[in-house]
Amino acid sequence: MNVINELEKTFLREDLSKFRPGDTIAVHYKIKEGDRERIQVFEGVVIAMKGGGSRETFMVRKVSYGVGVERIFPLHSPLIEKVVNKKKGRVRRAKLYYLRGRSKKASRIREISRFEKPIKTKDQSEE
Amino acid sequence: MIQGLIGTKIGMTEIFLEDGTALPATVVNAGPCFVVDKRSKEKNGYDAIQLGYVDLKPQRVTKPLLGHFKRAGVPPLRTLYEFEGEIDKYKPGDVVEADVFKDGDIIDVTGTSKGKGFAGVMKRHGFSGQPDSHGGMSHRRPGSIGQAAYPARVWKGMKMPGHMGSKRVTVQGLEVAKVETEKNMIIIKGSVPGPNGGVLILKHTTKGI
Repeated sequence: MNVINELEKTFLREDLSKFRPGDTIAVHYKIKEGDRERIQVFEGVVIAMKGGGSRETFMVRKVSYGVGVERIFPLHSPLIEKVVNKKKGRVRRAKLYYLRGRSKKASRIREISRFEKPIKTKDQSEE
Repeated sequence: MIQGLIGTKIGMTEIFLEDGTALPATVVNAGPCFVVDKRSKEKNGYDAIQLGYVDLKPQRVTKPLLGHFKRAGVPPLRTLYEFEGEIDKYKPGDVVEADVFKDGDIIDVTGTSKGKGFAGVMKRHGFSGQPDSHGGMSHRRPGSIGQAAYPARVWKGMKMPGHMGSKRVTVQGLEVAKVETEKNMIIIKGSVPGPNGGVLILKHTTKGI
């Protein structure tokens, strides 16, 4: 397994900003159209992160024209230009699938205020 | 160049290409292999070199085989396999490394598939099975296995339940994504037969030649 871990390390995107489920982020994703390349921004709430190593993915949910849209991105994909953190959410679970059944006010997520103690993420505790 | 190498499967993962495509890939420990013996046209009727892979304790080897390794000046090895092809460049005792292959090569990989035990016809032969509802009482059974008065027996080769897996399987036309000789590692696009740690024979493809 060590060989595979080491191989996966070469693919990791350490440059991307860190985020957790509950955060609102904007993903700048490279889209190829023929030989042209443009950036598409997908902004929404991170509702799940799955997998580990270079195979880790995250799911972003937004409501577009009244329709819920969810998109799964590979976290370490070279096609991700950058991730912009918009809001830090205060949530108590790792998977926020319950948001799917809610709309408008009910689907709000409490923001972590400046005075609240930041939640220690796994990544931060390692650094 | 020699035709192939012996290796072991390490496991699978996902790799990203430069254009962002994510691909399933298998990591294989390939070599280093020792040249143990040579076969020649004059002596054996064909040209080949015999490669050996993975060290073995001397007490695990029979005395005749130990002599075979001693003659080549190599340590006792677990797996031996003959590869046909150019043999002039190699002599017994030489080491063959993963640089036999390069990025983009098309190879065939042979291994022993994972054992599935005694499997039914749906798993073993891909039968469709029968309805789960509407009153049917057989769900995963094969159905009829033949006719009546003629032939009054079951045809030979009828697909029936039985032991599945644990047999030699070759997957042709796999592409080498990356070769890392200093780590004795090659990365193959797609999957290869057998469990992690299983012994594999890697050869330049015979397809389309």
